[in-house]
Amino acid sequence: MTIRKPTHALLAAAAVPLLALTACGSDDPLGPADTDEGAIIVGSQLYYSNTIIAEAYAQRLEAGGYEVQREFEIGQREVYMPELEQGAIDVFPEYSGNLLQYLDPESEASSADEIQQALAEALPEGLVPLAPAEATDQDSYVVTSEFAQEHDLRSVEDLAGVDEDLRIAANSEFETRPYGPGGLREVYGVEVTLLPVEDSGGPLTLRALLDGDVQIADIYSADPAIEANDLVVLEDPQHLVLPQNVVPVVSEDLSDDVAALIEEVNAALTQEQLLALNARSVEEQAAPETIAGDWLAEQGLA
Amino acid sequence: MNHLSAAVDWLLDAQTWTGPGQLGARATEHLGYTAVAVLIAAVIALPAGLAIGHTGRGRAAAVLSSGAVRALPTLGLLTLAALAAGVGLVAPLIALVVLAVPSILAGAYAGVESVDRATVDAARAQGMNAWQVLWRVEVPLGLPIVIGGLRLAVLQVTATATLAAYVGAGGLGRPLFLGLRTYDYPMMLGASLVVILLAILLDACFEVVQRLLSYAPGLARTGRLREAR
Repeated sequence: MTIRKPTHALLAAAAVPLLALTACGSDDPLGPADTDEGAIIVGSQLYYSNTIIAEAYAQRLEAGGYEVQREFEIGQREVYMPELEQGAIDVFPEYSGNLLQYLDPESEASSADEIQQALAEALPEGLVPLAPAEATDQDSYVVTSEFAQEHDLRSVEDLAGVDEDLRIAANSEFETRPYGPGGLREVYGVEVTLLPVEDSGGPLTLRALLDGDVQIADIYSADPAIEANDLVVLEDPQHLVLPQNVVPVVSEDLSDDVAALIEEVNAALTQEQLLALNARSVEEQAAPETIAGDWLAEQGLA
Repeated sequence: MNHLSAAVDWLLDAQTWTGPGQLGARATEHLGYTAVAVLIAAVIALPAGLAIGHTGRGRAAAVLSSGAVRALPTLGLLTLAALAAGVGLVAPLIALVVLAVPSILAGAYAGVESVDRATVDAARAQGMNAWQVLWRVEVPLGLPIVIGGLRLAVLQVTATATLAAYVGAGGLGRPLFLGLRTYDYPMMLGASLVVILLAILLDACFEVVQRLLSYAPGLARTGRLREAR
């Protein structure tokens, strides 16, 4: 889940030296130099769902009378974390488990609460996590409903009893992740072979699952495709996949009032709501500003 | 330079190469995909290109359409093909064939066109029919350029076949994507170096073939003269 869109990740990687170059000049596009005094800078990952959430934060802050500058679709953690640390970005919607794994690969926290606590400690100085949303957007083991029925599947554990070769479609990094084939074997006694499809649980991964090229697919829990295709998300009782609650990471310097406004948005962000937001983006191709604006109005937060 | 030396270390490690799914097997897959894609493209584009060059008909259409096809982003085409054909080898092959056709096509018609019209007229005057003119005069004399088109296609396809891994088909793109996703830059760089090396090796093979042809009587000796002009 670290990188959502490989092509853009490549672009982002190419942009790193550029950023480094521009950081030397006084016209640094992300630096505080040319920003309006007092504007709050909100960033987002190169992932449509993340941008919608960031846009919701931004509009809520604007409604609260603050001036906001948007630095959206920045790419992957390696690129934007340094910007956050330097104070070039003030607010960033993050995903708790993956963020913690990035900051502290050794961490043993596994429940949502433990992760939130560990995050507060692991974040670099000057950055704090606000209250996490109920909504999560995490890797999940997904099967078709026919396959689930045929083998009576509810949880990942049940896969151990399936008497056929299991293949899973996921990004190539799945091979090396704690919840990858190694983890599945150790924790659940399930043997799977990876079919690497590099679109981060997108349409190609879905197609591989529906075609029967694979029996399992790694699709994000906030993906509207799960409901649209009547897919079954297998339970993960041993927390092999770390919970990925939406958590705003903000600069310590922001006022309590700003934090409160963002937390209002986050409190309204239930799993259902996040799915609905994503569905509007996928199905209607609506712009993040429209989706976030309509949603805030619905929630009485506009 | 740190990444580079780490990449070289990675490449020199025997573990990197041996075993199924390791670099040796990936490189073989990669070469195989390149060969198949260029072969299919050649079967489509060579006859078409020779016909266009010989008759002069359809040239504008060929130039226009191959120009348009060249502008297609291969990753986009691959995704589209994979959505239609599913994951696996079919989609990347379609994308790679589409990538290779314009170069081969252009090489074929440009090769035939490059032959001196006076020579072609002389061949006709001697009573050669259209086939004889094509096979005994135009193709042999235009061969360096025809092969140049193939050479360009092989180079492009070798570099782009890394995309096969995007839809689960393996090849040298596999370690490239894995390195990208896990921030293992030595692996990424190492895999890229192997792709570059393959491309250079294949290109060198074509260079040798083109030089050897220049010694064959009646073939590229003319081509050489042509280049010298």
